[in-house]
Amino acid sequence: MNILISFAVGLIFGLGLIVSGMSDPAKVLAFLDLAGRWDPSLMMVMAGAIGLGFFAFRFGRLRKTSLLGRPMQIPTLRNIDKRLVAGSALFGIGWGIAGICPGPALVLVGSGASKGVIFTLALIAGMSLFELTLKQHRQ
Amino acid sequence: MTIDWNQFTPLSALLGGLLIGLAVTLMLLFKGRIAGISGIVGGLLQRPQNGDLAWRATFILGLLLAPVLYGLFAPLPGSRIEADTVSLVLAGLLVGFGTRLGSGCTSGHGVCGISRLSPRSLVATATFMLTGFTTVFAIRHLFA
Repeated sequence: MNILISFAVGLIFGLGLIVSGMSDPAKVLAFLDLAGRWDPSLMMVMAGAIGLGFFAFRFGRLRKTSLLGRPMQIPTLRNIDKRLVAGSALFGIGWGIAGICPGPALVLVGSGASKGVIFTLALIAGMSLFELTLKQHRQ
Repeated sequence: MTIDWNQFTPLSALLGGLLIGLAVTLMLLFKGRIAGISGIVGGLLQRPQNGDLAWRATFILGLLLAPVLYGLFAPLPGSRIEADTVSLVLAGLLVGFGTRLGSGCTSGHGVCGISRLSPRSLVATATFMLTGFTTVFAIRHLFA
């Protein structure tokens, strides 16, 4: 059940990325290009996703366990630190270069785009690099 | 600012956004978790504890198979990747490292975080939008 739900959620998420246009890097870049011919579509994607998500989290917060009996694991951190801002800044630069963020990267791999595979391999390398630096930092 | 009305697809964008919202809702209600893709992928690179590996892997499998399922019913919408290989590698490294350092990406901070009005996610989203806008401006209008 646990695995089936995860699979279904991944599938629905991926379909949402395709239908919305988020899995088309050129469309994402057209949204990020405020000074060019601006495509505001991504605003509508956010509106749809957050519009539903807002109510989901209001309801979710009232519960102690999930429908599968798991403890609710909604993040509780509140501090805004250098790590949050620096990481997000680097992510935005990479997003602006290629127009691809992690979800669409996986959808592009699934659709057989070789450039999507190159991006995703680099993405995994970047994440692994982070794990390595974190480990060294802790030692 | 010029709005490109020919490329503006409000209905499909809204519908796709609702599907993403549905995925976020199901993840929260059934698993009590945030549907943050960088976190789910990154968690596989740490040593996953028992039972942690399977749900992460099947979620990713679902994402990978979404275009295959879509393709059974309709031709996949075009996706144009304009960046060359060197840019793709640089971008991938930055997105991978940055999302793990900043604890989230467009899904975890942008959708889930803003949905629950998290101050951290509001700051994260404002930051990556700002550097995203700035990077595209620099590439397309300053150095082009």
